[in-house]
Amino acid sequence: MKIKTLAATLVVSALSISAATADILDTIKERGTLIVGTKADYKPYGFLDTSGAVIGIEPDLAKDVADKLGVDIEFVPVVSSNRMQFLEQGKIDLMIATMTDKPDRREVVLIPDPNYYSSGTNVLALKSLGLKEWEDLRGKPVCGIQGAFYNKATSQTYGAEIVAFKGTAEAYSALKGGNCAAFVYDDSAIVAKAADPDWADYEMPLQTIDDAPWGLAVALGEEKFGQMMSEMIIEWHKTGRILELETKWGVTNTPFAQAMHDKYK
Amino acid sequence: MEMVYEWFRTLYQETGINLPFLYDEYDRNRMIDGLFTTVKLSLVCLFFSIIIGVIGAWLQGSSFKWTRRFVSGYIQLFRNTPPLVQLYFFYFAIGTLLPRVENDWGGQSPIFGSFAWAAISLSFFAGAFNVEIFRSGIEAVPKSTVEAAEALGFSKLQIYRDITLPLAFRVVLPALNNNLVNLVKTTTLAYAIAVPEMLYEANQIWSDNVNVTEMMVFLLLAYFVLVGILVSGMNRWERAMKIPGYG
Repeated sequence: MKIKTLAATLVVSALSISAATADILDTIKERGTLIVGTKADYKPYGFLDTSGAVIGIEPDLAKDVADKLGVDIEFVPVVSSNRMQFLEQGKIDLMIATMTDKPDRREVVLIPDPNYYSSGTNVLALKSLGLKEWEDLRGKPVCGIQGAFYNKATSQTYGAEIVAFKGTAEAYSALKGGNCAAFVYDDSAIVAKAADPDWADYEMPLQTIDDAPWGLAVALGEEKFGQMMSEMIIEWHKTGRILELETKWGVTNTPFAQAMHDKYK
Repeated sequence: MEMVYEWFRTLYQETGINLPFLYDEYDRNRMIDGLFTTVKLSLVCLFFSIIIGVIGAWLQGSSFKWTRRFVSGYIQLFRNTPPLVQLYFFYFAIGTLLPRVENDWGGQSPIFGSFAWAAISLSFFAGAFNVEIFRSGIEAVPKSTVEAAEALGFSKLQIYRDITLPLAFRVVLPALNNNLVNLVKTTTLAYAIAVPEMLYEANQIWSDNVNVTEMMVFLLLAYFVLVGILVSGMNRWERAMKIPGYG
């Protein structure tokens, strides 16, 4: 009896070791689907079309990865406060979700180099408020997204009172409802919003700060997958795929994407 | 105090257990603000939900048909819908329909902010349950007691205030206790409309520091202690109100 239990324990532990060391690429190929976490509320980088499907620049990039692996693709909508946890828990294989590349994030997930995109922080505010500089936000309620890294900076450095919501839909609606003076968010998304006729009374009045690169991520320890993603990112820059997708989704070509294309051309 | 803070900073460096709300001044202040907001929201909602419960139960015993119908309509509406949906409804639907006021930064803002809507919505939510709880207590008061009071010439309001309610209160305390504990826990939902209470602040901290596990453990313990204080207070009250030979 004792030997049986011992043997069983050995088998179980051997199994768990092999499961832990199994490469995620093999798992993906076996499964036949690549599960990617993207934003679903971040036009035009990742959003929902009228049928409810996830579309945008990042889903398009994810599709390139799935095509390269020769598997189907499945999207899991993520938000800023859960995207790294989803990756850690293995709910998703790959995360391309407008995430700013930060050193402390590199301790939690594997972010392959080089960066695929870049953006900074700005605010969307009523034109009538006449904001000129970041200091003008002091003491005013400013909408934000729960989990965004610049919330702390905006309140600590510029003295704004951050009112953070779960998703962008709530934040935009709170801004329109007058619950806050401005909405602090990525400039890339604000540019698209300010061009929207529904938001004609709003503008992006400030100097963009914190221009920071975005990183896509795989789970920590997945070196092989990370290596493959590095090659893919270089390929995207080289072929001008990012610039092409920006044009496709109505974004003016960003200086970062242009510079990376020139560098790898 | 500085030494304690420094100890937690060292703890993080040595073991990786990251509790920034103890060693980082900014995070500490927001966690303390969060705690106070939770306590304030809880107290406001406890007070108003009990008031709603007492008045609602009295109106339910009214001799006017429409008053009774109105109260039961209110109970059905608030008891049969999820509190999160109610919060969103008040904040995003009702809030935008109300007139706006000029605010001090030169814009137009709604009359009620997120804290006010959370207080209103959660008070009504818990109040609906409290009406039913108080009704159960009132129905437990023997009809003969009420009849005796009527015979002595008490008015309807006097009977409710001086005879039925004090007796009913002793019967309902355990059930009320339950509902109020639930109410304190439900205040975490206010996080959805950006009321800076404990869960909200904890979320901000774990987003900045990527220390989800530590914050979850802390939150669980914090609510355990907070609700524990409420429960022990209610139990003490229950004992103090006990009438020998009754209930």
